[in-house]
Amino acid sequence: MLTRFILYFLIIVPGTAGEMCMSHAMKKIGEVTDFRPHSIARVLGRAMGTSWFWIGITMMATGFFALLGMLSVANVSFVFPATALSYAVGTLGGKAFLKEQVGTQRWVGVLVVCLGVLLVAIGKGK
Amino acid sequence: MKPAQGLHLKTSILILIMVSVAPLGDMFLGKGMKRIGALPGWTPSELFDFFFRAFTSGTIWLGIGLLLAFFVAYLVVLSWADYSYVLPASSLSSFIVALLARFVLHESVAPTRWVGISLICLGVFVVGHTHPRTTEP
Repeated sequence: MLTRFILYFLIIVPGTAGEMCMSHAMKKIGEVTDFRPHSIARVLGRAMGTSWFWIGITMMATGFFALLGMLSVANVSFVFPATALSYAVGTLGGKAFLKEQVGTQRWVGVLVVCLGVLLVAIGKGK
Repeated sequence: MKPAQGLHLKTSILILIMVSVAPLGDMFLGKGMKRIGALPGWTPSELFDFFFRAFTSGTIWLGIGLLLAFFVAYLVVLSWADYSYVLPASSLSSFIVALLARFVLHESVAPTRWVGISLICLGVFVVGHTHPRTTEP
Protein backbone atom coordinates (compact mmCIF):
# COMPACT_ATOMS: atom_id res chain seq x y z
CA MET A 1 0.00 0.00 0.00
CA LEU A 2 2.85 2.39 0.95
CA THR A 3 4.68 1.53 -2.29
CA ARG A 4 1.57 2.40 -4.31
CA PHE A 5 1.12 5.66 -2.42
CA ILE A 6 4.75 6.72 -2.99
CA LEU A 7 4.54 5.81 -6.68
CA TYR A 8 1.21 7.63 -7.06
CA PHE A 9 2.65 10.75 -5.39
CA LEU A 10 5.69 10.66 -7.71
CA ILE A 11 3.46 10.32 -10.78
CA ILE A 12 1.24 13.25 -9.81
CA VAL A 13 3.55 15.85 -8.23
CA PRO A 14 6.88 15.78 -10.14
CA GLY A 15 5.04 14.62 -13.29
CA THR A 16 2.67 17.60 -13.28
CA ALA A 17 5.35 20.09 -12.23
CA GLY A 18 7.50 18.84 -15.11
CA GLU A 19 4.68 19.34 -17.61
CA MET A 20 4.16 22.89 -16.33
CA CYS A 21 7.87 23.62 -16.85
CA MET A 22 7.50 22.22 -20.37
CA SER A 23 4.46 24.40 -21.05
CA HIS A 24 6.42 27.43 -19.84
CA ALA A 25 9.36 26.51 -22.10
CA MET A 26 7.11 26.13 -25.17
CA LYS A 27 5.32 29.44 -24.52
CA LYS A 28 8.74 31.15 -24.40
CA ILE A 29 9.67 29.59 -27.75
CA GLY A 30 6.50 30.92 -29.35
CA GLU A 31 3.55 29.49 -31.26
CA VAL A 32 4.25 26.76 -33.83
CA THR A 33 2.76 27.87 -37.15
CA ASP A 34 4.66 25.65 -39.57
CA PHE A 35 3.87 21.96 -39.26
CA ARG A 36 6.47 20.53 -41.67
CA PRO A 37 8.67 17.94 -39.89
CA HIS A 38 11.90 19.93 -40.20
CA SER A 39 10.20 23.05 -38.80
CA ILE A 40 8.85 21.09 -35.83
CA ALA A 41 12.32 19.59 -35.31
CA ARG A 42 13.81 23.12 -35.33
CA VAL A 43 11.26 24.29 -32.72
CA LEU A 44 12.03 21.27 -30.52
CA GLY A 45 15.75 22.03 -30.89
CA ARG A 46 15.10 25.60 -29.70
CA ALA A 47 13.06 24.27 -26.76
CA MET A 48 16.01 22.05 -25.80
CA GLY A 49 18.12 25.18 -25.49
CA THR A 50 16.05 26.42 -22.55
CA SER A 51 16.70 25.38 -18.95
CA TRP A 52 12.94 25.03 -18.31
CA PHE A 53 12.85 22.19 -20.86
CA TRP A 54 15.53 20.20 -19.01
CA ILE A 55 14.02 20.85 -15.59
CA GLY A 56 10.71 19.66 -17.05
CA ILE A 57 12.26 16.56 -18.66
CA THR A 58 13.95 15.57 -15.38
CA MET A 59 10.72 15.88 -13.41
CA MET A 60 8.68 14.11 -16.10
CA ALA A 61 11.25 11.29 -16.20
CA THR A 62 10.80 10.85 -12.43
CA GLY A 63 7.04 10.62 -12.98
CA PHE A 64 7.57 8.16 -15.86
CA PHE A 65 9.76 5.78 -13.80
CA ALA A 66 7.14 5.87 -11.04
CA LEU A 67 4.48 5.11 -13.67
CA LEU A 68 6.41 2.02 -14.80
CA GLY A 69 6.63 0.90 -11.17
CA MET A 70 2.90 1.47 -10.68
CA LEU A 71 2.04 -0.48 -13.83
CA SER A 72 3.90 -3.48 -12.43
CA VAL A 73 1.55 -3.67 -9.45
CA ALA A 74 -1.79 -2.28 -10.70
CA ASN A 75 -4.07 -2.62 -13.70
CA VAL A 76 -3.84 -0.27 -16.69
CA SER A 77 -7.57 0.48 -16.32
CA PHE A 78 -6.84 1.82 -12.81
CA VAL A 79 -3.48 3.55 -13.25
CA PHE A 80 -4.21 5.86 -16.18
CA PRO A 81 -7.65 7.13 -15.13
CA ALA A 82 -6.38 7.59 -11.55
CA THR A 83 -3.54 9.80 -12.76
CA ALA A 84 -6.20 12.23 -14.01
CA LEU A 85 -5.92 13.78 -10.53
CA SER A 86 -3.03 15.65 -12.10
CA TYR A 87 -5.65 17.67 -14.04
CA ALA A 88 -6.74 19.39 -10.83
CA VAL A 89 -3.13 19.87 -9.71
CA GLY A 90 -2.23 21.10 -13.20
CA THR A 91 -5.13 23.54 -13.38
CA LEU A 92 -4.18 25.02 -10.01
CA GLY A 93 -0.57 25.24 -11.20
CA GLY A 94 -1.61 26.76 -14.54
CA LYS A 95 -3.49 29.49 -12.73
CA ALA A 96 -0.91 30.10 -9.99
CA PHE A 97 2.37 29.82 -11.91
CA LEU A 98 1.56 30.20 -15.61
CA LYS A 99 -1.01 32.99 -15.03
CA GLU A 100 -3.70 31.27 -17.09
CA GLN A 101 -7.25 32.57 -16.73
CA VAL A 102 -9.24 29.61 -15.45
CA GLY A 103 -12.94 30.47 -15.75
CA THR A 104 -15.92 28.86 -14.03
CA GLN A 105 -16.64 26.48 -16.93
CA ARG A 106 -13.10 25.12 -16.95
CA TRP A 107 -13.16 24.66 -13.16
CA VAL A 108 -16.48 22.79 -13.43
CA GLY A 109 -14.96 20.52 -16.09
CA VAL A 110 -11.90 19.84 -13.97
CA LEU A 111 -14.05 19.07 -10.90
CA VAL A 112 -16.14 16.60 -12.94
CA VAL A 113 -12.88 14.97 -14.11
CA CYS A 114 -11.72 14.70 -10.47
CA LEU A 115 -15.04 13.14 -9.43
CA GLY A 116 -14.58 10.62 -12.21
CA VAL A 117 -11.06 9.87 -10.94
CA LEU A 118 -12.45 9.27 -7.45
CA LEU A 119 -14.95 6.73 -8.81
CA VAL A 120 -12.21 5.00 -10.81
CA ALA A 121 -10.07 4.79 -7.67
CA ILE A 122 -12.83 3.32 -5.48
CA GLY A 123 -14.11 0.98 -8.20
CA LYS A 124 -13.37 -2.70 -7.55
CA GLY A 125 -10.36 -4.21 -9.21
CA LYS A 126 -6.62 -4.40 -8.81
CA MET B 1 -11.88 30.97 -41.23
CA LYS B 2 -11.85 33.21 -38.15
CA PRO B 3 -8.65 33.13 -36.05
CA ALA B 4 -10.57 31.65 -33.08
CA GLN B 5 -11.96 28.87 -35.29
CA GLY B 6 -8.51 28.16 -36.69
CA LEU B 7 -7.08 27.99 -33.17
CA HIS B 8 -9.81 25.55 -32.08
CA LEU B 9 -9.32 23.44 -35.22
CA LYS B 10 -5.55 23.04 -34.98
CA THR B 11 -5.81 22.44 -31.20
CA SER B 12 -8.46 19.75 -31.81
CA ILE B 13 -6.35 18.01 -34.48
CA LEU B 14 -3.28 17.90 -32.21
CA ILE B 15 -5.36 16.64 -29.27
CA LEU B 16 -6.89 13.97 -31.54
CA ILE B 17 -3.37 12.77 -32.41
CA MET B 18 -2.47 12.77 -28.71
CA VAL B 19 -5.51 10.75 -27.62
CA SER B 20 -4.91 8.27 -30.47
CA VAL B 21 -1.27 7.38 -29.82
CA ALA B 22 -1.02 7.81 -26.02
CA PRO B 23 -3.53 5.07 -25.08
CA LEU B 24 -1.75 2.60 -27.39
CA GLY B 25 1.58 3.53 -25.79
CA ASP B 26 0.06 3.18 -22.32
CA MET B 27 -1.35 -0.22 -23.22
CA PHE B 28 2.02 -1.51 -24.41
CA LEU B 29 3.71 -0.16 -21.27
CA GLY B 30 1.10 -1.89 -19.12
CA LYS B 31 1.48 -5.15 -21.01
CA GLY B 32 5.28 -5.02 -20.80
CA MET B 33 5.34 -4.20 -17.09
CA LYS B 34 2.92 -7.02 -16.24
CA ARG B 35 5.36 -9.46 -17.88
CA ILE B 36 8.24 -8.07 -15.79
CA GLY B 37 6.39 -8.48 -12.50
CA ALA B 38 5.95 -6.34 -9.40
CA LEU B 39 8.60 -3.94 -8.08
CA PRO B 40 10.40 -6.18 -5.54
CA GLY B 41 11.69 -3.44 -3.22
CA TRP B 42 13.38 -0.04 -2.98
CA THR B 43 17.05 -1.02 -2.58
CA PRO B 44 19.34 0.30 -5.36
CA SER B 45 20.10 -3.22 -6.67
CA GLU B 46 16.39 -4.14 -6.77
CA LEU B 47 15.54 -0.88 -8.54
CA PHE B 48 18.39 -1.35 -11.03
CA ASP B 49 17.37 -4.92 -11.78
CA PHE B 50 13.71 -3.89 -12.18
CA PHE B 51 14.40 -1.04 -14.61
CA PHE B 52 17.05 -3.05 -16.47
CA ARG B 53 14.43 -5.71 -17.22
CA ALA B 54 11.94 -2.98 -18.20
CA PHE B 55 14.30 -1.29 -20.64
CA THR B 56 15.34 -4.52 -22.34
CA SER B 57 11.73 -5.32 -23.24
CA GLY B 58 10.60 -4.73 -26.85
CA THR B 59 7.01 -4.13 -25.71
CA ILE B 60 8.17 -1.36 -23.38
CA TRP B 61 10.13 0.28 -26.22
CA LEU B 62 7.09 0.09 -28.49
CA GLY B 63 5.13 1.90 -25.77
CA ILE B 64 7.90 4.47 -25.36
CA GLY B 65 8.00 5.10 -29.14
CA LEU B 66 4.26 5.80 -29.23
CA LEU B 67 4.54 8.02 -26.16
CA LEU B 68 7.35 9.97 -27.83
CA ALA B 69 4.99 10.68 -30.76
CA PHE B 70 2.43 11.83 -28.19
CA PHE B 71 5.10 14.00 -26.53
CA VAL B 72 5.96 15.85 -29.74
CA ALA B 73 2.26 16.61 -30.42
CA TYR B 74 1.93 17.67 -26.78
CA LEU B 75 4.85 20.11 -26.97
CA VAL B 76 3.57 21.59 -30.22
CA VAL B 77 0.06 22.22 -28.86
CA LEU B 78 1.51 23.70 -25.67
CA SER B 79 3.28 26.31 -27.78
CA TRP B 80 -0.06 28.14 -28.06
CA ALA B 81 -2.71 26.48 -25.89
CA ASP B 82 -3.16 26.77 -22.11
CA TYR B 83 -1.73 23.95 -20.03
CA SER B 84 -4.97 23.98 -17.98
CA TYR B 85 -6.88 23.40 -21.27
CA VAL B 86 -4.69 20.74 -22.90
CA LEU B 87 -4.33 18.59 -19.80
CA PRO B 88 -8.02 17.88 -19.12
CA ALA B 89 -8.92 17.93 -22.82
CA SER B 90 -6.48 15.10 -23.48
CA SER B 91 -7.90 12.99 -20.65
CA LEU B 92 -10.27 11.46 -23.19
CA SER B 93 -7.43 8.98 -23.55
CA SER B 94 -8.47 7.56 -20.14
CA PHE B 95 -11.61 6.22 -21.78
CA ILE B 96 -9.69 4.72 -24.70
CA VAL B 97 -7.15 3.17 -22.30
CA ALA B 98 -10.02 1.55 -20.37
CA LEU B 99 -11.45 0.13 -23.60
CA LEU B 100 -8.05 -1.27 -24.60
CA ALA B 101 -7.50 -2.66 -21.09
CA ARG B 102 -10.88 -4.39 -21.17
CA PHE B 103 -10.86 -5.75 -24.71
CA VAL B 104 -7.15 -6.21 -25.52
CA LEU B 105 -5.55 -6.90 -22.12
CA HIS B 106 -8.75 -8.63 -20.84
CA GLU B 107 -8.73 -6.78 -17.53
CA SER B 108 -11.98 -6.69 -15.56
CA VAL B 109 -13.35 -3.15 -15.36
CA ALA B 110 -15.99 -2.68 -12.65
CA PRO B 111 -19.20 -0.68 -13.40
CA THR B 112 -18.16 2.03 -10.89
CA ARG B 113 -14.97 2.49 -12.87
CA TRP B 114 -16.89 2.84 -16.13
CA VAL B 115 -19.08 5.54 -14.51
CA GLY B 116 -15.92 7.31 -13.34
CA ILE B 117 -14.37 7.13 -16.79
CA SER B 118 -17.59 8.50 -18.31
CA LEU B 119 -17.48 11.42 -15.87
CA ILE B 120 -13.87 12.08 -16.88
CA CYS B 121 -15.04 12.28 -20.51
CA LEU B 122 -17.90 14.62 -19.55
CA GLY B 123 -15.39 16.86 -17.76
CA VAL B 124 -13.21 16.83 -20.88
CA PHE B 125 -16.20 17.90 -22.97
CA VAL B 126 -16.91 20.84 -20.64
CA VAL B 127 -13.24 21.94 -20.64
CA GLY B 128 -13.10 21.49 -24.41
CA HIS B 129 -15.74 24.18 -24.82
CA THR B 130 -13.61 26.85 -23.17
CA HIS B 131 -11.13 28.96 -25.12
CA PRO B 132 -7.79 27.15 -25.56
CA ARG B 133 -5.68 30.24 -24.89
CA THR B 134 -6.15 32.82 -22.13
CA THR B 135 -2.62 34.24 -21.99
CA GLU B 136 -0.91 36.62 -24.39
CA PRO B 137 1.17 34.87 -27.11
